[in-house]
Amino acid sequence: MTLKRIRVVLAVVFFALTTFLFLDFAQLLPKEFQILTEIQFIPALLSGSLLVFLSLLLLTFFLGRVYCSVICPMGIFQDIITWLSNRFTRKKKYRFSKEKKILRYSVLAVVLISFAAGGTFLLSLLDPYGAFGRMATNVFRPIYLEGNNLLALLFNSFGNYTFYHVDIFTLSLLSLIIGLITFLTIGFLAWRYGRTYCNTICPVGTILGFISSYSLMKIRINDGSCNNCGKCETKCKASCIDSKTSKIDYSRCVDCFDCMKVCKQKAITFGFAHKEQKTKTPSMPDNSKRMFLTAIGATTLIAPARLYAKGLAKIKSNTSYVKKHPLSPPGSESAEHFLHHCTACHLCVAKCPTHVLKPAFDEYGLGGIMQPRMDFVHGYCNYNCVTCSTVCPNDAIKTLTVDEKHTLQMGHVVFVKTNCVVFTDETNCGACSEHCPTQAVKMVPYKNGLTIPSVNPDICVGCGGCEHICPVRPFRAIYVEGNPVHLQAKRFKQGEQKEVKLDDFGF
Amino acid sequence: MKRRDFLKAAAITGIASTIKLSDGMDLMAQKVTKTSARPDLVAVMGGDSVTMFRKAIAEFGGMSHFVKKGYKVTVKPNIGWDKSPEMAGNTNPALVAEIVKQCIKAGASEVIVFDHTCDDWRKCYANSGIEAAAKAAGAKVMPGNEESYYREISLPKAVKLKKAKVHTAILDCDVWINVPILKNHGGAKMTIAMKNHMGIVWDRGYFHANDLPQCIADICTINKPAVLNIVDAYRVMKSNGPQGRSLTDVVTPKAMFMSTDIVAVDTAATNFFNQIEKMPLESVKFIARAADLKIGTMDLSKLKVKKIKI
Repeated sequence: MTLKRIRVVLAVVFFALTTFLFLDFAQLLPKEFQILTEIQFIPALLSGSLLVFLSLLLLTFFLGRVYCSVICPMGIFQDIITWLSNRFTRKKKYRFSKEKKILRYSVLAVVLISFAAGGTFLLSLLDPYGAFGRMATNVFRPIYLEGNNLLALLFNSFGNYTFYHVDIFTLSLLSLIIGLITFLTIGFLAWRYGRTYCNTICPVGTILGFISSYSLMKIRINDGSCNNCGKCETKCKASCIDSKTSKIDYSRCVDCFDCMKVCKQKAITFGFAHKEQKTKTPSMPDNSKRMFLTAIGATTLIAPARLYAKGLAKIKSNTSYVKKHPLSPPGSESAEHFLHHCTACHLCVAKCPTHVLKPAFDEYGLGGIMQPRMDFVHGYCNYNCVTCSTVCPNDAIKTLTVDEKHTLQMGHVVFVKTNCVVFTDETNCGACSEHCPTQAVKMVPYKNGLTIPSVNPDICVGCGGCEHICPVRPFRAIYVEGNPVHLQAKRFKQGEQKEVKLDDFGF
Repeated sequence: MKRRDFLKAAAITGIASTIKLSDGMDLMAQKVTKTSARPDLVAVMGGDSVTMFRKAIAEFGGMSHFVKKGYKVTVKPNIGWDKSPEMAGNTNPALVAEIVKQCIKAGASEVIVFDHTCDDWRKCYANSGIEAAAKAAGAKVMPGNEESYYREISLPKAVKLKKAKVHTAILDCDVWINVPILKNHGGAKMTIAMKNHMGIVWDRGYFHANDLPQCIADICTINKPAVLNIVDAYRVMKSNGPQGRSLTDVVTPKAMFMSTDIVAVDTAATNFFNQIEKMPLESVKFIARAADLKIGTMDLSKLKVKKIKI
């Protein structure tokens, strides 16, 4: 088996499984496959998984950017697009281009600076794993679900319920747009130019590129047998082979081994160095691309504010209020911790069985755009569910046990009596109390034999069951206010265990 | 009683019943045909769910009294919550399984089990134990999580709820059996057979926003009522219902109530519950509202009640 073949097989397996993690609403894939997200570069860095992080650095130091070709789903996604492009259109002939060094390092610098300053947004936007996750969750997943629903429709019509209907809705318009832009932009670049994203913008590509310049094993052109035919250069989707000088820019080589396969002279090998090659010639950045990027960046930063201004029309027929703090997922500890660790890959969003996690708009502030928050429109946080905390590769959401979750207070209940139907219409309701797992919302005697909610925020876990189910609109009579720092809820007082011995039916 | 003996008895009574009630539509008109030897309401106490069910259904002449050969049957338990069976949030899975088995034995061509759950339906179906038990007994377990499974019907006799989207498993079956569990309820005071109808409709929010007790009574005016209401009171959630917080909310009085009259069965079950926790009948408003709509009777003294203690 050639190196290329090994690379392709591994890449396809990694890619298929990683993508399926995001699509797999029915939990067909065993939990163990979660490791595919944990071995990603930025998640390992942010979660402080030193072992994984150092392994990736060492891997790169030994073999070059294998990560980019085999592990990174965004990298493989581009290879697939490139492959499709070559299949369905005229085969691309790549030409060596100079490294956009200033651009690469500027992007990296800006990402690092903005991250240090407390904003994860830029890192989230450019982190290849996070960006891929958003594509998968916001673009691919709805398509997968649609397929499932078609099957469900077909099977159900024959009285078979193996497939069942699932809700499909846009989680967040902004995330959908960003997911689509990512898909189209990176897809277009891959279709036309190969690995442009990885070698100009991707901060991970830049870091690993720097290390791979010094890697022990490399693609090497044997000057003795090379006849400078230039075939390898035309096949290099990273545009990093200069066949005229037989030089390779290792900071951009992603170890795809395509060049080895096409070399008729067998002049290209992969192995240890005998002598160090030097290929460093500083170059001016391409201005148009730079402007393009600035434009994208500016748009994504400004557009939200404009969109937001549009969505503020509100009806004032009942008591209005504004939530002061968003609810971050269980296990995220605090908005602060979350903000600094989440790169918005949306895996938790995809996995949340009750659809309570949705990408934020500006609830966390501009730095937290697209980071998941709890929104109780489509569901509420299941009392016994800790799924999101077990899937987060960044440890932005730390692992919780079910018991820990039972006393974790992500937010606390607020009752707006003047909106409640028991108060306004004087009828029974109790939907909120019904959905409260700790009875932090309890029905207490009111008048005319009615009962009205009474809240005890101390034992509230902030699951949002009450808010989700409250029938009052536009402003509900009960809602959950986020805790910027998650607190410990008091355990509710259990009643006494009693056994009844009845001799009579009571009628 | 041996299973075989029981089955024989059940089969014989079943056959006898078909002779008496040659017209299948008599099922719907049970309230007027009170001349038969059969009771209107059976209350059982002291056994496990399956034994109590077998005793009670035998009093009605066996399942074949309700389920004819070839019928499509829907069994509607309460599967509302992501709770294990001991928590008494959902109907006892063993009871559901036994009902399914008897329906099949009576000749049902298909038995469907479903509920429109409150918690995430996948978790409810799995953790209640009902999905597995019903499937093992031979039922089809159908989802209720999506609006497309529901169809709008009108309720001309209703006061507030003039129309509702009802699950197709109810609308398209030949007969359906209502199998609630007896629980305290924060909003409606009690949840029994009538309240269990909130799991056959799509839009429950409307109920809560528009006079909950009235809407509960209204949905029971559906022109295809359950042919049988089986109230599981083996375990009873006495407090913090309908969800419950811990096992201290649960007691085990080991009882069961069964009737074709939904108002009567809710009345009986409430009176029973009142012995565990104070629950005056008049505080459970939907029962009186349903009686006003002539859905059934609250006056148990007018009914033929059979009480069995095991």
